[in-house]
Amino acid sequence: MSEGAAAMNAMSENWIAVGKLGDIPRLGSRRVLSRERTIAVFRTVNDEIYAIEDKCPHKEGPLSQGIVHDRCVTCPLHNWVISLETGEAQGADEGAVKTFRVRVADNGDILICTGDLAPAS
Amino acid sequence: MTKKKLVVVGNGMAPGRALEELFEQAPYAYDVTIFNAEPRVNYDRIMLSPVLAGEKTFDEIVIHGDRWYEDCGVRLLKGQKVVSIDRAKKTVTSEHGVVADYDKLLIATGSLPIVIPVPGHDLPGVLTYRDLDDVTAMLLAAQSGGRAVVIGGGLLGLEAAAGLKERGMDVTVLHLMPTLMERQLDAAAGHLLRRALENRGVNIITEANTKEILAAADGSGVRAVRLEDGTEIEADLVVMAVGIRPNAQLANDAGIETGRGILVDRHMRTSDRDILALGECVEFEGQVYGLVAPLYQMAGVVARELLDEDNDGFSDSALATKLKVTGVDLYSAGDFSDGEGREEIVLRDAAQGVYKRLVLEDNRIVGVVLYGDTADGGWFFQQVKDQTDVTEMRDTLIFGPAYAGGDALDPMAAVAALPDDAEICGCNGVCKGRIVSAITEKNLTALDDVRAHTKASASCGTCTGLVEQLMSLTLGDAFNPNAVKPMCGCTDLSHDDVRRLIKVKKLKTIPEVLHALEWKTSCGCAKCRPALNYYLVCDWPDEYADDYQSRFINERAHANIQKDGTYSVVPRMWGGQTSSKELRAIADVVDKFDIPTVKVTGGQRIDMLGIKKEDLPAVWADLGEAGFVSGHAYAKGLRTVKTCVGTDWCRFGTQDSTGLGVKIEKFMWGSWTPAKVKMAVSGCPRNCAEATCKDVGVVCVDSGYEIHFAGAAGLDIKGTEVLGLVKTEEEAIEHIAALVQMYREQGHYLERIYKWAKRIGYDEVRRQIMDDGEKRKAYYDRFVFSQKFAQVDPWSERASGKDKHEFRPMASVGLQAAE
Ligand SMILES: Cc1cc2nc3c(=O)[nH]c(=O)nc-3n(C[C@H](O)[C@H](O)[C@H](O)COP(=O)(O)OP(=O)(O)OC[C@H]3O[C@@H](n4cnc5c(N)ncnc54)[C@H](O)[C@@H]3O)c2cc1C
Ligand code: SF4
Ligand code: SF4
Ligand code: FES
Repeated sequence: MSEGAAAMNAMSENWIAVGKLGDIPRLGSRRVLSRERTIAVFRTVNDEIYAIEDKCPHKEGPLSQGIVHDRCVTCPLHNWVISLETGEAQGADEGAVKTFRVRVADNGDILICTGDLAPAS
Repeated sequence: MTKKKLVVVGNGMAPGRALEELFEQAPYAYDVTIFNAEPRVNYDRIMLSPVLAGEKTFDEIVIHGDRWYEDCGVRLLKGQKVVSIDRAKKTVTSEHGVVADYDKLLIATGSLPIVIPVPGHDLPGVLTYRDLDDVTAMLLAAQSGGRAVVIGGGLLGLEAAAGLKERGMDVTVLHLMPTLMERQLDAAAGHLLRRALENRGVNIITEANTKEILAAADGSGVRAVRLEDGTEIEADLVVMAVGIRPNAQLANDAGIETGRGILVDRHMRTSDRDILALGECVEFEGQVYGLVAPLYQMAGVVARELLDEDNDGFSDSALATKLKVTGVDLYSAGDFSDGEGREEIVLRDAAQGVYKRLVLEDNRIVGVVLYGDTADGGWFFQQVKDQTDVTEMRDTLIFGPAYAGGDALDPMAAVAALPDDAEICGCNGVCKGRIVSAITEKNLTALDDVRAHTKASASCGTCTGLVEQLMSLTLGDAFNPNAVKPMCGCTDLSHDDVRRLIKVKKLKTIPEVLHALEWKTSCGCAKCRPALNYYLVCDWPDEYADDYQSRFINERAHANIQKDGTYSVVPRMWGGQTSSKELRAIADVVDKFDIPTVKVTGGQRIDMLGIKKEDLPAVWADLGEAGFVSGHAYAKGLRTVKTCVGTDWCRFGTQDSTGLGVKIEKFMWGSWTPAKVKMAVSGCPRNCAEATCKDVGVVCVDSGYEIHFAGAAGLDIKGTEVLGLVKTEEEAIEHIAALVQMYREQGHYLERIYKWAKRIGYDEVRRQIMDDGEKRKAYYDRFVFSQKFAQVDPWSERASGKDKHEFRPMASVGLQAAE
């Protein structure tokens, strides 16, 4: 997404704070609950933040409980490897989970884009 | 459009291959449901003999693991035998009432072992040899030694006999005919085979007609086998391996045409056009089958047939047989009976134990029997199939391909001399050209990879040597058959290398290891990180700070994740003992947290399942108040020490087995190990605590404590090895701790004790732990030192607030906020 588009979205859609960067351990994950779904928010070794649905495309395993490496997480149930950037299963496996836009504000707040949170149509 | 439904009855090697080919060409063409009477996945039935002989584990012979079925979207119904087919409604029904409808039905019910209906054939202790359950039953019987009688001196019978002998039984083979394997071997080779087996201590009686199997006096099993001439041979176990017959009953009941087997045309179609059949259950042009090579050929036909593709159909061709008894090399192919117009070429080398015989007709080889040196089998078989005119090379023919060109005898040259279309792997029909091109095109350097890509040597494995020779021909020095497997894709180093380098280079954190050993990824992967974390915990117990994010979720959450994302909790019950107070506390916790399932585990404790992650710390707080600590049921670490009641109550007890079990558990809990460790202590050799299938077991006897190790009772079953006998409880604890420490320091991550011990040798373990007092003491001291840092109850830590973030969501966002 270009800078301009991001700015547009930031204006037209709300971003809500769901926690601080420090709330998530490096190479770890925390869950954010909403009525529709659970979102897994990840922090990589370089402090990048990603948010994807906490539901493995394989058999709905809780990805927030997996091991994080590079920009991927390995599902705790049957070891599928899911890209945090695209939500897609890596290697020979096929499937994808929903991803959510997130960013870290200057004060360390983690913000999720509410536009993405709306119930799936 | 909805997908067509394919139902498969039977999950053996033949339909397994057919589905592989189907999915390769059209992964989404069918919704597939498989009914399998055996309660398991598809495995390499051919390799049951190596499992019986202890050369392979069941794991190693699985063809399609559970993952494969999931990935291919196949519904596999294990332990569901189909009992009827309704061809009008197009449904099948299983024994347990499961009904499935089909558009196409594939019958692959294999064959049934023949049981000779002599009196006593149905006694307990009389087995056949067909599936894993038979092997398991034989292994169980072999545990107590004793005598086995194998009826039938064909391929299966002899493999069973050799395996049982290997497992320590006294074995006698009864064979009806004058020579062994008379259908594959001529009399001379049969005789050599007999001598080789007799030299290994297997008794062989030929022309033995079994009359009756006699029951033991107490009715618990068999006592002897009686022959027609009145001879009685004592037996505790009888294995019948007298042949197989196609399993065509189900099809026959449904009105499908059958003869000896289910009748099929060359497209594998039965008399019902929506029903195909393949494998050992079929009859094609009067033939029935008992080897996989033709079945795999049928599999290709079935896949094409299911996709309505044109194909030439199945054709019958000559078959080769090898006996899979380690140390006995035997090969036979084609037709080798004497006859009008037939000539033979024979080579005997008594000193080398070699016998070779070629049968020729019209200057072409029609039959081959090789004994002692079977390296040229494939080449001869190729000449049979090609119907090569051998007039030119007749003088040196018997010396094989290396001589055929006049060159010196060199196995490498022989392989090099093979044409590209020479068949290397008979089971899978893989030729030399395909293997060589796979190696060069896909840059394969490991045998396993060549197997995965070409299937060559992936079934019976007897051509492994040839495949390795091809690899070294193609790759030159780049092929090293002993090359070590790297730990994972992030490094080229093996587990052993990494463990050694961590110590030598004094690497004390995961980032240090990744850097110093030049990992190819920035922060490892889910395979190497948990392994490295364990190695560091083990090697630097006082200095290393556990890397929480490198542990699997179970070890992070200190509970076992379940398929729905909830957790299960198992508190420690020392030596399997509990009390009314503890049980009451558990009952209260179950009520308070609305825990849906409470289950007694195999390790003598209580499992509470279905607990929400958020509730875990509170559950632990309540359990902790009643004195419970974590049972580490989730850990690669010490799990349980199972005990029997021993001298406390039992009239047979020789020692205080419960007391010793509790002492061991209290001393060793909390220790991390490469894989889980389960122990048991039995109060006498009746062994009620089942100590002889544990990682470490103790069997008490009057004179002290017999320590056992390296048993297994999971995917594999294996009786323990005896470490040795010690006199006192203190000595027992010292030996056990030293053994476990040795394993902690040398095991590869996720390698159970039995695999580690097999890899380094049981005698080596005995030498270091039993015979070398200094070594033992040093291991023991290192274990005691590391326990100082390990014995902290993770539950009480977390109940009082540690790692809070693990158990709570970071935030909850309401829907309003989102709009
Ligand atoms: C010990 C041993 C060693 C062997 N060694 C060799 C060798 O060296 N070389 C070689 O080429 N071949 C060898 N064979 C033969 C080879 O294993 C078989 O030819 C091959 O496995 C047959 O495959 P299949 O799929 O036809 O049948 P099977 O593998 O027998 O599979 C049939 C399956 O169908 C199931 N079934 C039956 N009825 C029903 C029903 N009504 N509903 C649901 N499921 C049902 C059965 O439980 C079974 O699992 C060996 C066999 C054995 C037992
Ligand atoms: S193992 Fe021996 S001592 Fe223990 S309960 Fe069984 S019979 Fe009694
Ligand atoms: S509990 Fe064990 S045996 Fe049972 S299904 Fe799970 S892994 Fe298999
Ligand atoms: S549910 Fe994630 S790998 Fe199976």
